[in-house]
Amino acid sequence: MRRSALVLAGALLLLAALAPVLTPFDPDRTALLARLRPPLGFGGDWLHPLGTDPLGRDMAARCLYGLRTSLAIAVLGSLIGTLAGVAVGLAAGIRGGRLDALLMLLVDVQLALPYLLLVLMALAVFGSGLMLLIPLVSLAGWEHTARLVRGQVLSLREQGFVEAAIAIGAAPLRITWRHVLPQLLPLLAVQVSLGVPHVMLLESSLSFLGIGVQPPTASLGRMIGEGQAQMLGAWWIVAEPTLLMLAVALVVQMVGDGLRRR
Amino acid sequence: MGVFLRRKLLRAAVTVAMVLLLAFAGARLSGSPFDMVADGGLAAEDRAALEAEFGLNRPLPVQFAFYVAQLAQGQFGRSIAQRRPVLTIYAEAAPVTLRLAGAALLITVLAGVPLGVAAAVFEGGSIGRMAATLAMLGNAVPHFLMGLLLALLFGLVLGWLPIIGQGGWRNFVLPSFTLAAGLTAAIARFVAAELRAALAADFIRTARAGGIGEARIRFVLALRNALLPALTVVGLHLGGLLAGSLIIENVFAMRGIGQVFIGAVQQRDYPVLQFGVMALALVVVAANMVVDVLYAWADPRIRRAQPR
Repeated sequence: MRRSALVLAGALLLLAALAPVLTPFDPDRTALLARLRPPLGFGGDWLHPLGTDPLGRDMAARCLYGLRTSLAIAVLGSLIGTLAGVAVGLAAGIRGGRLDALLMLLVDVQLALPYLLLVLMALAVFGSGLMLLIPLVSLAGWEHTARLVRGQVLSLREQGFVEAAIAIGAAPLRITWRHVLPQLLPLLAVQVSLGVPHVMLLESSLSFLGIGVQPPTASLGRMIGEGQAQMLGAWWIVAEPTLLMLAVALVVQMVGDGLRRR
Repeated sequence: MGVFLRRKLLRAAVTVAMVLLLAFAGARLSGSPFDMVADGGLAAEDRAALEAEFGLNRPLPVQFAFYVAQLAQGQFGRSIAQRRPVLTIYAEAAPVTLRLAGAALLITVLAGVPLGVAAAVFEGGSIGRMAATLAMLGNAVPHFLMGLLLALLFGLVLGWLPIIGQGGWRNFVLPSFTLAAGLTAAIARFVAAELRAALAADFIRTARAGGIGEARIRFVLALRNALLPALTVVGLHLGGLLAGSLIIENVFAMRGIGQVFIGAVQQRDYPVLQFGVMALALVVVAANMVVDVLYAWADPRIRRAQPR
């Protein structure tokens, strides 16, 4: 089960990375004469194996590039978010005192407020754009990482090698960098991989609502949201990205489960 | 219990104050609300007059105090886009969302607990594996995707249930199951893990040695210890449930609080947004308080524990 999940994850990453090689079409170029072609097997042809959308854009190309957008945001976002959570957790755990109290208060506030609401409010205030969207979705779940890291730091501080470093007068920054951070690396690797589905869920949900990734850029959530209205007539416009998204969600979950169990 | 309660109340109050500050700052960060009123902006003197009228030319701390004072008097402001009191707009939409969330919560408890028990008690067997798979599916699939799939299957292919609107109870079946899916999975996983831990505990061994029946051990003694932590998980996820409702109302075209909020985001209707964030935070904080108190009432170890 674990190996098959990894193989599938690799295949999805390859599909996303090789999108420009796999399809000759520009995912954003419209061709009004080739509108709403059905997919292969339902009256379509080999030119557009997955059919075309109401603007004549090739569905195969849009699915591939949409997968690319969603995965890129998810992986990048998870890295950024984990780093942010680590920074907060380290600061709270190492400095302690007032800073610790303040940061943990912020964590409590975040726990009381659904993150989706904060993101929606921020997007309403500043407008949608990738430069804002990526940091916003990245920070989903920062409070969990921060708590986890703080707890680890607190227990590491009791360890002999950290006490020894403090005793010989090493600066807090040096202790953090040389002694604490390396111990945290395995934990961080797991956190990054667990963050990927979180970020992807948030991005796709926002895009589905029409306030995430903006047109014409293809993102799986956006394609599903836009295609929903045509479910009865041109079912493939919504069915194809939905199936792809489902596959991605399941594979990511399986990989995450495997990692957690280790 | 008194000290415990006071500590919890203080924390809740601080949280609510922070949320108020956040809602206030969020609306002010974007500049003057009058930028949105007229195309091409207002003349400088008109804007100054309006800002003076609404108190926006005063220092920020004064404005914040004024804002809080208004809230305390029940003045929640008027929607910029609809020109109606914010409270009326939310009051109209609330029944749909509350019904949706209530039904989802019920489904979560009625389905999640048995699923978790099955996963733990029949671990390794086909029932256990099926429960675990169901839990994984519910956890992995995003709300809007689950909603679409259910709508496709039960609405369009089988034609059993309506997929749009909010007329009768039948309209609520698919949305509430969609909303419940993720939390049900979380509860099932949690109950399973807790039940496994409880079954391995010393008091269970003692009970077995004392000759108590296996069914009673599993479903009464162990389960009672596993259910209490599950209560906390439900409380913690309440905010997520309400946030999920934002998306699901969109999928099933229901006019609830979520649609009001999303509409306000698209029109940058700050008074509506402010109230939404505030009300939701209040509900979540209150729910967490209730769970904490219930928990402490049921488990004396917690109420005597020292603050960290």
